[in-house]
Amino acid sequence: MDRFERLISRAAPMPAADIDTDIIFPARFLLITEKTGLGRYAFYDWRYGPEGSATPDFILNTPAYSGAKILVCGDNFGCGSSREQAPWALHDLGVRCLISTSFGEIFRANCFKNAMLPIVLPPEPWTELLRRAAEGRELEVDLTTCTISGADMTPIVFDIDPSRREALLEGWDEIAIALRKDADAIAAFEQRQRSSQPWLYERD
Amino acid sequence: MDQIPRPLPRTLYDKLWASHVVRDYDDGQSLLYIDRQLLHEVSSPQAFEGMRANGRAVRRPAAQLAVADHAVPTHNRDRPIADPLARKQVALLASNTAEFGLRNIALTDAEQGIVHVIGPELGFTQPGMTLVCGDSHTSTHGAFGALAFGIGSSECEMVLATQTLRQRRAKNLNVRIEGDLGPGVGAKDLILAVVGALGSAGATGFAIEYSGSTVRGLSMEARLTLCNMSIEAGARTGLVAPDETTFAYLQGRPLAPKADMWEQAVAYWRSLSSDEGAAFDHIVQIDADALAPQATWGTSPDQSGAVTGETPDPASATSEAARRRIERALDYMGLAPKTPLRDVAIDRVFIGSCTNGRIEDLRSAAAVLKGRKIAPSVSGIVVPGSGAVKRQAETEGLDAIFKEAGLEWRDAGCSLCVAMNDDRLAPGQRCASTSNRNFEGRQGQGARTHLMSPASAAASAVAGRIADVRDYL
Repeated sequence: MDRFERLISRAAPMPAADIDTDIIFPARFLLITEKTGLGRYAFYDWRYGPEGSATPDFILNTPAYSGAKILVCGDNFGCGSSREQAPWALHDLGVRCLISTSFGEIFRANCFKNAMLPIVLPPEPWTELLRRAAEGRELEVDLTTCTISGADMTPIVFDIDPSRREALLEGWDEIAIALRKDADAIAAFEQRQRSSQPWLYERD
Repeated sequence: MDQIPRPLPRTLYDKLWASHVVRDYDDGQSLLYIDRQLLHEVSSPQAFEGMRANGRAVRRPAAQLAVADHAVPTHNRDRPIADPLARKQVALLASNTAEFGLRNIALTDAEQGIVHVIGPELGFTQPGMTLVCGDSHTSTHGAFGALAFGIGSSECEMVLATQTLRQRRAKNLNVRIEGDLGPGVGAKDLILAVVGALGSAGATGFAIEYSGSTVRGLSMEARLTLCNMSIEAGARTGLVAPDETTFAYLQGRPLAPKADMWEQAVAYWRSLSSDEGAAFDHIVQIDADALAPQATWGTSPDQSGAVTGETPDPASATSEAARRRIERALDYMGLAPKTPLRDVAIDRVFIGSCTNGRIEDLRSAAAVLKGRKIAPSVSGIVVPGSGAVKRQAETEGLDAIFKEAGLEWRDAGCSLCVAMNDDRLAPGQRCASTSNRNFEGRQGQGARTHLMSPASAAASAVAGRIADVRDYL
């Protein structure tokens, strides 16, 4: 996985609550079995009209915000379907960091697997960042210090699980790590469970 | 005299969690063992591709079960899939599972159906297990007292390779439902009321345990409906403690334990309930006696209310954000504030999905439709949740009732719940739907969805508008 350390970008304001993964990546494009090149379908029904022409007032279609690496998004962003196509499509658009008051849990977990940083903030600092985003000002997100900063503002500190932070900073391959470091523990667990709940192993 | 130290009372969720921890990490996350994984054609291709690219083998092939459900057509199943992308996706599941030595239930197989319908039917889902699937409605399986939750494709790959996931323990939320459900009111009305009470993110970070006299009295099918939509309140996991109803459902299923193993398993499963005095972080009470049939009016499953009610007035919203949210939903739905729900005319009806595609759901819809015709302005489809449900319904003559009423009788799949196949609404069409999500575009670009129970959808089909099923009993 790519590393995430820090980035500076304009942040696109998307304050609507409950932007679900069907809006982020409409289901009809889920027939595509690849995980790359999906950016063209991101927010498709908001970005494009019925005839396929770009919707001029959709935030990511405006010149000021196209290519924004940060989204300041509304409560419960990424709720609904577990489709990892949602973060894949956002990643392909160039988005690397999302800032909200809460996320759909599966979406949030999926972001961490794709070198994307979803930050949860209390309403007050979130509102401040939304204001700055709407003004088109740049934000700097620094995972090494867990801060969000900008010109003339007191840096905002955010929380993140230490292991998730390390995974992003180091670009961990979690599967390789589990296979290397936890293989014995997994095997020992299976041995214990096989004797206490043998019915779970009848078909192995 | 010395007191014998007693273990702290634990919730069902805490027990299921503790029994699957492989190791705890320093920062509060744990490596959790995953007993079973269900795979389908949409979320698995990238996971298999990752396995292939890294030269990895599946750790426990027997712990996996695959079936295509999302992209499959629900008619003309004797022919090749017409849509080339869907055909390729379904074929890829077959070739991937063959390559990695996993069981795949083919489209032509009698056992094919929606993952969350066939897992229980086959006895693949059992109490006490951890079970995952690249699908948010995996919470369904919690109806058996299994710790079941939806994951993304990267996590599917992690489970294929290691049979584990790195997770953080959720908080405990108890939804207590007491009382007797009235005529025409069922599990779908209950869960719509629960989601409405909690809000779309009210249970984020929690595992829900449903308890109380009403839940104890529910069949397995109804419990599956209840747990299915936990994710619509933000909870990845919904649970019902296993009991005699659970064991009676499971006994004799193809993949359920047999003979001595069965006795041993049931003895363990009986320990799977929340201890007296176990602490929940949050408790919500729902009164089943007072519950009316429910329907949604908006674009989020929590935007619901009694079918006898009306759409909200944004002007009376408690905050600016709430006002904007209501306005956005009403605008998309093409509804004015304070419109009585029973004045809302519908174009289409969909009866099916992992929420309401089981035999009891079809029976309750058929009971309303028997001897009646759907309104001339309405068309609709009935899509059984599995091949087994379809055969059972046909044995009982339900298919004839649906067809005589004017509905189409289809083959099993997700169909119009996710609109990935050719079952799709036209822009602006309005559907009375037994599925789980009324999101913008969920049933097709510009389509408008009203979620309700199978009985309510049947009544609405007859009325040509959203109806109170109690007028049709």
